[in-house]
Amino acid sequence: MLKGIKKGALTRSLWVYHVAASPCNNCDIEILDLLTPRFDVERFGILLTGSPRHADLLLVTGMVNKKVLDRVLRVYAETPKPCVVAAFGSCAISGDLFVDSYNFAGPLDKHIPVDVYIGGCPPKPEAMILGVVRAIEKVKKLKDL
Amino acid sequence: MAELEPRVIPIGPFHPLQEEAEYFKLTVEGEKVIHLDIQLGYMHRGHGKICEGKTYDQIPFVVERICGICSTSHPFACVQAIEDAANIEIPPRAAYIRSIVGELERIHSHLLWLGLAGHFLGYNTVWMWAWKYREPVLEMCEVITGNRNHYAMFKPGGVRRDIEEGMIPPLLQVLDKLDKKLWMLTKAVLDDPVLHARLEGVGILTKEKAIEYSTEGPTGRASGVAIDVRKDDPHAAYDWIEWEEIVLTEGDVFAKAKVRLLECLESTKIIRQCLEKLKGLPEGDIDAKMTDPPDDEGVGRYEAPRGEVFHYVKGNGSMYPERYKIRAPSYMNIKSNEVAVLGGSVADAAITLAAVDPCYCCTERIAAFDTKGKLLHTWDDLVRLSREKTAKMGGGS
Repeated sequence: MLKGIKKGALTRSLWVYHVAASPCNNCDIEILDLLTPRFDVERFGILLTGSPRHADLLLVTGMVNKKVLDRVLRVYAETPKPCVVAAFGSCAISGDLFVDSYNFAGPLDKHIPVDVYIGGCPPKPEAMILGVVRAIEKVKKLKDL
Repeated sequence: MAELEPRVIPIGPFHPLQEEAEYFKLTVEGEKVIHLDIQLGYMHRGHGKICEGKTYDQIPFVVERICGICSTSHPFACVQAIEDAANIEIPPRAAYIRSIVGELERIHSHLLWLGLAGHFLGYNTVWMWAWKYREPVLEMCEVITGNRNHYAMFKPGGVRRDIEEGMIPPLLQVLDKLDKKLWMLTKAVLDDPVLHARLEGVGILTKEKAIEYSTEGPTGRASGVAIDVRKDDPHAAYDWIEWEEIVLTEGDVFAKAKVRLLECLESTKIIRQCLEKLKGLPEGDIDAKMTDPPDDEGVGRYEAPRGEVFHYVKGNGSMYPERYKIRAPSYMNIKSNEVAVLGGSVADAAITLAAVDPCYCCTERIAAFDTKGKLLHTWDDLVRLSREKTAKMGGGS
């Protein structure tokens, strides 16, 4: 029975923690944009939380640089498992044009397991909502819940 | 009662206050802030170096991704630097279109700040309302440039897309509606007793300190420093139209909010005039082709929503620049927090730190250390390296 409750809690109200791993701010403001009246994802129970310890979904934006990598790993370690990790925007997925940068620490999925990829520079709000739906589907399929 | 010992409150690098990762070390005595230490570098991506490996056509796309909020300001300054180096005059139609996109960005950036400021105060109503009225601006950007953010609109010599005749009346209609909403928002914020109580007299930056720290943009203008590149060094279409520079003298957070709100209204005025002027100019004349890569150095300045953006480019006749240098306004503005938070309470520190509209990803610098914690390149090393490079390039003295 507990299993059912856990799954229901995860799929019906996903709490999101947003990790800015050296982005250009654009993905970040578009994430906040989702919470405001035009798109308002809060009506689906999606809430931005201030601490990774409360989070179910980590949205990681930006190319991960050498200084912030350590902190991203720590945030991932602090998040209660099972959690879903989304690589948000082209930078987090592949590094985009920053592959040439001397401060680039490699794409996100090299460092932590990534479940959902949301592409675009920045992704359109519609694409972000689709990404979150995919994340919920992913949670539903998890066996150890 | 025993004397209070100073204590340190660490904020960051990941904290719910601001979107980006940065680290503040607040030293407090009881409730009073007595020292602030700011540590940056979590967002450093090395744009200057990346630009040196790209062609002049590619550079605007790279610098656009310095910051997502002022994603027109950097290309604006960049194309001006390249045009300065290559001696290109842009057609007037392109200049007007540039100003329109720049001002649209200013409105959306200021509304974004206003919303976030409300959010930091725990006053989410302001956030929701400000961002609701930001949406039509983003839609206008999408109609004109094809994207909500990261417009890819500018190129050396002009702009990529024209604003056609048929698009102007609907845009003017949206502007009329937007103006009403902006007035409503401005009055609501300026009359709100909660915001008055919370922001007035908080985080005061005096004029002397504002000049000492070389603050720019709304941060400086709220402290009585009349500095605006659009007025001081007019470019694009800014000296062909009527508009006012907003300068206040209080220097507190409330003045900063007021400057930004009033600037939004000036921006709609600028856009409206530019759109009217477009009607009299031949359509399609938006690009003075850049034929030869520049063989000279050039600078570009633009008044971003946060202050002056400065770009420097040095060409050597090849397709790639030899040196590219960027300086964003937050570089100076963030530093002024050191004096603005002093003497205030911890509860006010959050909004004071956010009041300069900090953009860390614009401004990040790094210092390299080895694994034992030793600084690899000291100031003297860097000066020596720079002189060696200049000598190798055959310039300087």
